[in-house]
Amino acid sequence: MSADRKQVILGAYFPGVNHDTVWSDPASGSHIDFSSFEHWARTAERGKLDLLFLAEGLRLRTRGEAIFDQDVVGRPDTFTVLASLAAITEHIGLAGTINSTFNEPYELARKFASLDLLSGGRAAWNVVTSFDAPTGENFRRGGFLDRSQRYERAGETLEAARRLWDSWGSDAVVADQEIGRFLRDERVGDFAVQGNQFDIAGRFSTPRSPQGHPVVLQAGESPAGRDFAAKHSDAIFSRYQQFDEARAFYTDVKARVAKAGRNPDEVKILPSAAVILGDTEAEARDRHADIRSRQVDPFTAIVLAETAWNRDLSDVDPDGPVPDLEPTPDAPKWIKGRAPLTQDAHATAEAWRQLGRSEGLSLRQVVTKVFDRNVFVGTPEFVAEEIDRYVQQEAVDGFILGSHVTPSGLDEVVDRVVPLLQDRGAFRTEYTGTTLRDNLGLEPAEKFGEPGTRRSDSAAS
Amino acid sequence: MSENPLHLAVALDGAGWHPAAWRDPNATPEALFTPGYWTALVQAAERGLLDFATIEDALGLQSDDHISNTDRRTDQVRGRLDAELIAAFTAPLTSRVGLIPTITTTHTEPFHIASALATLDHNSLGRAGWRVQTSVRADEAAHFGRRALPEIRRDTLGTPETDAAVADLFEEAGDSVEVVRRLWDSWEDGTEIRDAETNRFLDRDKLHHIDFSGRFFSVRGPGIVPRPPQGQPLVVALAHARAAYELAARSADVVFTTPRNAAEVPGIVAEVRAAEQAVGRTGAPLRILADVVVSVDEDAAEARDRLRRLDELDEPLRSDAAVVAGSVVELADLLQEWRAASPELDGFRLRPAVLPTDLDAIADGLVPELQRRGAFRSAYDTDSLRERFGLPRPASRYAGENTAEVAR
Ligand SMILES: Cc1cc2nc3c(=O)[nH]c(=O)nc-3n(C[C@H](O)[C@H](O)[C@H](O)COP(=O)(O)O)c2cc1C
Repeated sequence: MSADRKQVILGAYFPGVNHDTVWSDPASGSHIDFSSFEHWARTAERGKLDLLFLAEGLRLRTRGEAIFDQDVVGRPDTFTVLASLAAITEHIGLAGTINSTFNEPYELARKFASLDLLSGGRAAWNVVTSFDAPTGENFRRGGFLDRSQRYERAGETLEAARRLWDSWGSDAVVADQEIGRFLRDERVGDFAVQGNQFDIAGRFSTPRSPQGHPVVLQAGESPAGRDFAAKHSDAIFSRYQQFDEARAFYTDVKARVAKAGRNPDEVKILPSAAVILGDTEAEARDRHADIRSRQVDPFTAIVLAETAWNRDLSDVDPDGPVPDLEPTPDAPKWIKGRAPLTQDAHATAEAWRQLGRSEGLSLRQVVTKVFDRNVFVGTPEFVAEEIDRYVQQEAVDGFILGSHVTPSGLDEVVDRVVPLLQDRGAFRTEYTGTTLRDNLGLEPAEKFGEPGTRRSDSAAS
Repeated sequence: MSENPLHLAVALDGAGWHPAAWRDPNATPEALFTPGYWTALVQAAERGLLDFATIEDALGLQSDDHISNTDRRTDQVRGRLDAELIAAFTAPLTSRVGLIPTITTTHTEPFHIASALATLDHNSLGRAGWRVQTSVRADEAAHFGRRALPEIRRDTLGTPETDAAVADLFEEAGDSVEVVRRLWDSWEDGTEIRDAETNRFLDRDKLHHIDFSGRFFSVRGPGIVPRPPQGQPLVVALAHARAAYELAARSADVVFTTPRNAAEVPGIVAEVRAAEQAVGRTGAPLRILADVVVSVDEDAAEARDRLRRLDELDEPLRSDAAVVAGSVVELADLLQEWRAASPELDGFRLRPAVLPTDLDAIADGLVPELQRRGAFRSAYDTDSLRERFGLPRPASRYAGENTAEVAR
């Protein structure tokens, strides 16, 4: 490994629920059976990847009022899958997306501390705020929070979790059989958190975990989301993968990190990306076109357009032009359970129409193009070069890789691209650290109030 | 083997059920929060062909009286890992033993419970269960800050105010189990069709809103995890008195009871049956297990000495369940005697006084002794946990019922 070369961070997201996953592919397996998760995790660990990543959705999508039946639907519980994976892997990070709106800090802090202890320091939490109001129909608290409150609650949830994690000293358990002392201190676990969202106090019941604080990831795009990430997170999962937009996002977020008084190197930017390989460039392009045509079939093209238009477009011909119909962003949500595509529906519609007109594309071709943003297509040599270039030129710190096939889609990246990155000195050949924090090159989480604390003021901010 | 095979399970908690268990020379108290500790215990239960292992849990620190707030003691085991995650961790490392974490209904969302246990069932290929528990503790409620619970103590039990509070918690627990079971049913078998011809991944007629609305919460559904291998993981509950027997009769598949001796067994069985009548239970009768705290060894004197030594270190072991110390032969005699007292006692959940010592003695001493007597299986003969209890895989209550929203 060359000392001066920035190291690429690589994660893998489980190719589960969304239209990118081509379930009709003959190679496609179960997205529920543990054997699929096992195959995926063992492949990623064989490739020395940094982390496994699970997304979250807490309700089934609907279109109109009907449950969506065309894409892969259903997913197992994140914590449970990660704990089972902890048992059959040794080094790789285990990142779960868990929203802060429909969960309570005490429970979340306990689950993550437990996962960190069970995995020997490999837990990570991707904090999301849940964009989807009807999710509330599945929970006691019901309802929803508007964006400002969602981020307030996310911030307070995270702060509360950190206080709980910090409430046990790393040496709190003495278990001295001779003198009969199990805990060093009767105040172990004491906490109190008061804010706009929470008024909680008591004693935390799970000892401090190897990482102290599991790694915190965040996925949000709005200025509020970016500021949240700059202040609170260790890494950001984004969707900006085209070089220029990736760089712009990187520059913007790292500046926000500096402004928040933190070292910009302490927040890693990791866009999602997929890799499509061929022995030749032409072969890779053919595969790409074929996969795309199956990902964005005529019906999916309509559904994705409906996500932007927020209205029923069943009567629109996917192979005709982008429709002149106006979006109805203020109408009741037509597609529920999918992240909003855009902040400004009218502008999006107009941009799509222009793209269609200027390049002579049908609606389906426009949709295909618009969504064709997160893929490296080419020979393994080309893809390795590209990934390395993005990192060395500071457009990203690494990528979280998906694929269109569950669970074997990661195999060829690990077999064909990772070795080339290793040859370039841009990726580890062995795990070096013992915790995920070590492997990501993050500072250890220091305990609030303990000597050597770096972030002594952040728990109060 | 008799017609009604003996069921044997183990209850895992910390270093064992004796408050001083962690000070036993063979205990490894520094390992209680490591994965290896739990893996070894669950694997020992499987080595002993036990039906299942329960894992205790709560959303607050242990206390010497489980209904009272934290006691700030530093001389006993305090702290736990999340039981459901322990179960999930051990699932891929075992293949037959049932895995039953405790999850409280008072603070945990039924939607999350349903997802977690359905997933545990998928990951363990049909070995998941749920020990339903309520939390009466005011300090645990303060960890969530969503509700205030009146402080309930042993000496306020039985007052109208605490009775009403406890009755509410039980009613809420019943609602929680109902919601969880409905969510498990909300995906019929065969929902995932992967029909390339019609471009449908699933048959949405087989998905159902559960539209539960009760005094404490409402949940729309459907769930997000496809129906688990058992259909519904096994639901178990501990009960000592009428209200809890009725909750079990309404909501559970297996009930843990606490007779103090053989003579009490028939009365408790009768109480369970009366509770079933009172709530109008339909379907399979509750499977009834008796909880017994055990200190057991090949050698009776050693088993009794161990208990005595621990009693002297801390304070004598008190328990809601009977405490039995003796040789594997004596314990086997006792279990058979209790079963003889009522043919409807299906078996036992043994609470080892000291872990792993007493669990090892169960797996390697008691079980072979029972096998020699033809009183216990010599191999696992079923795959799923429900099957082990002779319980059929339930059909989804919604099967065949079309959703109101079939229009595309
Ligand atoms: C790459 C990416 C992945 C995301 N994954 C999830 C997810 O798995 N579950 C979820 O509820 N939200 C997910 N989100 C949504 C975010 O949590 C957030 O709600 C959304 O981006 C809106 O954020 P904003 O309010 O900052 O714009 C994701 C967002 C991005 C950008």
